Amino acid sequence: MNPKPDNKNRLSLFGLLGLVISRDLMLAMRRRADVLTTLIFFVMVVSLFPLGVGPEVDMLRKMAPGVVWVAALLSSMLSLNRMFSADYIDGTLEQMLLAPQSMSVLVLGKILAHWMLSGLPLMLMAPVLGLQFDMSGQALWVLVVSLLLGTPILSMVGAVGAALTLGLRGGGVLVSLLVLPLCIPVLIFGTGAVEAVTSGMEIASHLSLLGALLVLAFAFTPWVTAMALRISME
Amino acid sequence: MAINWFKYSAPSTFYWLAGKLAPWFAWPSAVLFAVGLYIGFFVAPTDAQQSEAYRIIFLHVPASIMSMFIYLVMACYAAVGLIFNTRLSSMMASALAPTGALFAFISLWTGALWGKPMWGTWWVWDARLTSELILLFLYFGFIALHASIDDPRRADRASALLAIIGSVNVPIIYFSVKWWNTLHQGSTVKFTGTSMHAAMQQAMFTVLVACWFYAIAVALARVRSIILERERNTQWVAELPEARS
Amino acid sequence: MNWGEFFAMKGYGFYVWGSYGVALLIFIIEIVLVRHKRNITLQQLRLLRDAEKEEEGTT
Repeated sequence: MNPKPDNKNRLSLFGLLGLVISRDLMLAMRRRADVLTTLIFFVMVVSLFPLGVGPEVDMLRKMAPGVVWVAALLSSMLSLNRMFSADYIDGTLEQMLLAPQSMSVLVLGKILAHWMLSGLPLMLMAPVLGLQFDMSGQALWVLVVSLLLGTPILSMVGAVGAALTLGLRGGGVLVSLLVLPLCIPVLIFGTGAVEAVTSGMEIASHLSLLGALLVLAFAFTPWVTAMALRISME
Repeated sequence: MAINWFKYSAPSTFYWLAGKLAPWFAWPSAVLFAVGLYIGFFVAPTDAQQSEAYRIIFLHVPASIMSMFIYLVMACYAAVGLIFNTRLSSMMASALAPTGALFAFISLWTGALWGKPMWGTWWVWDARLTSELILLFLYFGFIALHASIDDPRRADRASALLAIIGSVNVPIIYFSVKWWNTLHQGSTVKFTGTSMHAAMQQAMFTVLVACWFYAIAVALARVRSIILERERNTQWVAELPEARS
Repeated sequence: MNWGEFFAMKGYGFYVWGSYGVALLIFIIEIVLVRHKRNITLQQLRLLRDAEKEEEGTT
């Protein structure tokens, strides 16, 4: 109808992505406690393990990657509920569904923002915790790389769960029940890479499989999440 | 002879059809169980390596196969319900889920009881056992998600999406666990591949068919209740003789 | 082969009968639950109808 397209409404895909991410980050910055809680939970769970199993350095070094990875998995579950709930309550999500822009891109923006607020801090914190377990420098590097590849998958798969349980009572526990089994391959390859480097095996296969999972999740989960949101919002 | 199949996809006719069909699956199932177990316990010879303990196989293998097939069938029904918006297929999916979960549990239980005398441990982190456990978790997720959504339409569609994601994930999970297992355990556990006696195969196959019939009968009986619950405000339910006091 | 020997399963009786017994129990429980669910559903339908009838009677 309007032959002259309004420039303000013509966002490029990346512009749109950036807009959603910066908006979510800004909102999160107003409630910094939420982000910190996840991080503190992560640190606490990891620090509890030596107290539970004893201080033998050899054993701790052996179980370190598993402990860090499981703790990362659990703490990323904690923040999943917040991914869509605030936008759902104040009606923003409904506007997003009605918007002419692709819902998948909007969802991808929200997923990336969630990762920056949950996965990225965990990844940066992990080497410090790894030192508690006497991990070698090389192992720490691999741990960080595996978390860099793996935590976005947790956010992506988690987004599907969060979208499916949107607005349900007891959604927090339910989302973990749905998402945790689906995250098992990530856990396996993530810890596998670190264990491979400590036992002197090659790590490329683990990391490339993790990368393949990331690509797969990147290709499908935003679309599936958008579909799940549509189902939940009807 | 032209049968109008779509006629049976209406809940009112399917309710009637399921009621007629269920006994025709239930009784053959009981007979087949009896025949299969008779062959398994009285005809099949004692295994040379595992003595009598191997007889658990006649239940364990069919239960494992059933748990996986029911998940696939359930995901297919759910997908059909999601894509074509047919209410009945979604109802069938939710009727199948508890039975599938029970078969997964039986498979794990019998596996543990078989593992104890054979490998000396109730549980090993073998690829098959671990995948079966995760399959049970996936069933729990499906049932829990369906149960916690009040709006039946949303419950059907949301759990359908979950079932589809789960069925895509099952092979990925299986191969990743298998790979993880070979890295960690090497060859601590070997499934001894003894050549199976013909009677053993017959017993296992008969029990498998019995399990199929059982699952179909139970799912049909369960879907009848689900249909009545969902359609309780319709005229045909109001006119049902069994709902009259 | 006598029955005592059959149930002993050469020392594996606990494992074999434990498997089959629990499976049988599960099947029975499931059948009972499905029956129970049907009875409950029918009962609810009757209650619903009675309530509707009462409403029609009063208005």
